[in-house]
Amino acid sequence: MSAIYGNGLSTFPDYPAEIRAPHGTVSGVSGFQVHIGSTKVNTPGDFCDLLVAMNPAALKANAKWCKPTAMILVDDDAFNEAGMKKAGFKTENPFEELKVEDRTIIVAPITTLTQESLKDSGMDNKAILKCKNMFTLGMACYIYSRPLEYIYTYLENKFAKKHPEVIEPNKKVLNDGYNYAANIQAIANTYTCEPVKAQKPGLYRNITGNQAVAWGLLAASEKSGLPLFCGSYPITPATGILEELAIHKSLGCKTLQAEDEIAGICTAIGASFAGDLAVTTTSGPGLSLKSEALGLAVMTELPLVVVDVQRGGPSTGLPTKTEQSDLDQALYGRNGECPLVVMAAHSPANCFDAAFNAAKIALEHMTPVILLSEGFLGNGSEPWRIPSMADYPAIKPPFVTGVLAEGERFEPFKRDPETFVRRWAIPGQKGFEHRVGGLEKNHSGVLSSDPANHELMVRERAEKVARVARDIPALEVDGPASGNLLVVGWGGTYGHIKSAVDEIGGVSYAHFDYINPLPANTGEVFAAFKKILVCELNSGQFADYLRARFPEFEFIKCNKVQGQPFLVNELTEAIKKEM
Amino acid sequence: MANLTFKDFKSDQEVRWCPGCGDHAVLAALQRALPKVSLALDYDKERYVVVSGIGCSSRLPYYMDTYGFHGIHGRATAISTGIKVANPWLTIWQACGDGDALAIGGNHFIHAIRRNIDINIILFNNQIYGLTKGQYSPTSKLGAITKTSPYGTVEHPFNPGSLVLGAKGTFFARSLDVELKLNEEIMTAAALHDGCSVMEMLTNCVIFNDGAHKALTDPAVKADHTIVLRDGEKMIFGKDRNKGLVFDGKKIRVVTIGEEGGFTEDDVLVHNSHSDNIGLHMALADMKGPDYPVALGVIRDVKDITYDDGVRDQVKEVMAKSKIHCVDDLLRSGSTWEVK
Repeated sequence: MSAIYGNGLSTFPDYPAEIRAPHGTVSGVSGFQVHIGSTKVNTPGDFCDLLVAMNPAALKANAKWCKPTAMILVDDDAFNEAGMKKAGFKTENPFEELKVEDRTIIVAPITTLTQESLKDSGMDNKAILKCKNMFTLGMACYIYSRPLEYIYTYLENKFAKKHPEVIEPNKKVLNDGYNYAANIQAIANTYTCEPVKAQKPGLYRNITGNQAVAWGLLAASEKSGLPLFCGSYPITPATGILEELAIHKSLGCKTLQAEDEIAGICTAIGASFAGDLAVTTTSGPGLSLKSEALGLAVMTELPLVVVDVQRGGPSTGLPTKTEQSDLDQALYGRNGECPLVVMAAHSPANCFDAAFNAAKIALEHMTPVILLSEGFLGNGSEPWRIPSMADYPAIKPPFVTGVLAEGERFEPFKRDPETFVRRWAIPGQKGFEHRVGGLEKNHSGVLSSDPANHELMVRERAEKVARVARDIPALEVDGPASGNLLVVGWGGTYGHIKSAVDEIGGVSYAHFDYINPLPANTGEVFAAFKKILVCELNSGQFADYLRARFPEFEFIKCNKVQGQPFLVNELTEAIKKEM
Repeated sequence: MANLTFKDFKSDQEVRWCPGCGDHAVLAALQRALPKVSLALDYDKERYVVVSGIGCSSRLPYYMDTYGFHGIHGRATAISTGIKVANPWLTIWQACGDGDALAIGGNHFIHAIRRNIDINIILFNNQIYGLTKGQYSPTSKLGAITKTSPYGTVEHPFNPGSLVLGAKGTFFARSLDVELKLNEEIMTAAALHDGCSVMEMLTNCVIFNDGAHKALTDPAVKADHTIVLRDGEKMIFGKDRNKGLVFDGKKIRVVTIGEEGGFTEDDVLVHNSHSDNIGLHMALADMKGPDYPVALGVIRDVKDITYDDGVRDQVKEVMAKSKIHCVDDLLRSGSTWEVK
């Protein structure tokens, strides 16, 4: 609603790994963060102006995020003895116990009022209770002066086909919530949040990172003329990509829900050999299982996009939480000398371009590409100005052309002298029969254990990946191009770091979308600064990677490994300390 | 028009299997079967893709002058699946071993069968790990003495036929490496079968497991220890062609025709690989010595929906119905708003 109204918007769900985590307990609390603004919003926000706590556990879990000026809205009906006990409160006043008693506290009997509102709706009690959130949304709309019409339209569109009977009750309860908030006179201040003025004209929509990855891949399929094939195994938080692609068969996309992660990547490699734009999607533990097959894709020099929506690790780790700790795995997690392209998306909407570019590089450079996303991006959403496909470049894979001369054999690993890219012949093409596989071969595609040939092929495969740098954009610095301190980030920390440097002002900031290879001007950019502060949600993997490549510069680490995004104030403190 | 000979399928690579290895004969049968298949189905050579995993038999793609993919250990079936789904027009032949397909690749193997994807799997079963030089495999007999079981294995082997039919496989055949003619027949039937075809080839590893199938190949006893099943033919076997398989109301029995229990030739079962009766096919696939002959030939060959057709048809169906025909349509679908 706020997006349609024209506000800046960023959202982020935070939920436990259990599907039905024990209700009413602190560990079972699910939350949804919404950040709206009259200017562009970069992050879902750190501290809140309004906390809606539907039960005591939710209050306990999130009270610490309330600003000193915040308003807290709770459902009085849930703050009974049992609820208080489950949440582990020791006294009768949860607000005092949490030291938030000085905030504006609105205690409303939301459950009772919802039941009252819908008693004549014909819905059963279970269905009525599901409408509590609409009553509460109505209250929030009053507090933030939101017009209800956008929600009415949303409800009409959402339920028109499957459940038209719930449209009117939902409208009613929303409206009753709004009026209740207006009537109780407990809410002294209401707020207005004007639409963003400088928004670029155009058609907008809201999009999550996982959805944007799926759509970016479909865009690359269209621009390359190759059907999209996605072989994947369900894994949190990446499953949304497979689910999204499964919907869009109308664009010729084939999805295969594989029997395991290894089959996911191996079916994709097979599909790539057969000439599709092949993709597999996963999260950290799944990427571990795909390691051997990734080596096969490197060796056979077939295009392949691997999307890793990172979560907290190692092992099963924190499946529903966000982290950037798969970078080392993406760069190095294979046997042998096995370089491939590694890139990262930096916001939910940017996932579209990142996926498109990952596919373009894979197809044009005949290499696997790992695109790193994060739970924070995959599940997070933001408004997106819808692009036109006419503005995206064509994708041109190095297909073999023409016919071979009599007696001539196709040499699958003969390379373009400029790019080191091999040519691609697809099964079904007459005369180009050839074999690929995991064993080392020479340029002609014949098995070879010749020592010199192996070293040559190792070098050539690495050089091919290194030369991708010629096709990627230069690293840009936001702020002064030289100085004492350069703040560096990669991936999904973009919004938080950008907010932090904007808040401080005058800080230089460079964000990496491409990690292997790095943008060609990286060293040049670094050379203009005395020290470089690398901010990332791991123990310093990117900082170590940069240090290995540029030992002449001073890198300082700023890390967080809590399964949660940075807070903007954590970053401003870290940056100020180094300024 | 496909007018190919076995030479068209021979690559210029030197075949590096050990002299006397059973794999040579299977390769020869395949190179002889494919020209016939090509003629019958009007397939050109570029339509063939030969896929393999890792192991001795998995070198096979290098010896075939077709498109080929030498994969990684156990994963041939997954690679084949991807190729077939990407382009159902291609015809896939897969070579894999007992360790490759049934141990490390067991999961992909059963799921390809469950999905009934139209690929042809030749399972080279020599009951040993050959390329790693002689460790027991999932088909090694209980008690087998190998390098990793110096005191004998303490685990039961898989019977690949039971595994395939247990996963509701639509095509299963078994043969011996040396049966060139039968193997050509089986491979042709597999090629004509629309769905996942598994051909178990009992191969001899001359180095690490020589004579593993001797009870089935030794001319002196072969006729009594094996039965070749052919559609429409009675299940009669034996040196004197006087033994038959009958169903006694509870199970299959071996009888000497005209002697035991008054069973005559009329009582002997007639093979029908196309029958729905998976129970009978399983019983035939399960047969082993000393009480039963080992069944060779096409044991089961039935029609069912295939995965590759399903994927292709669903895409077509949704394409015809959907209002979204290009990415621009997609991007503008659902809730959007205009900023002026």
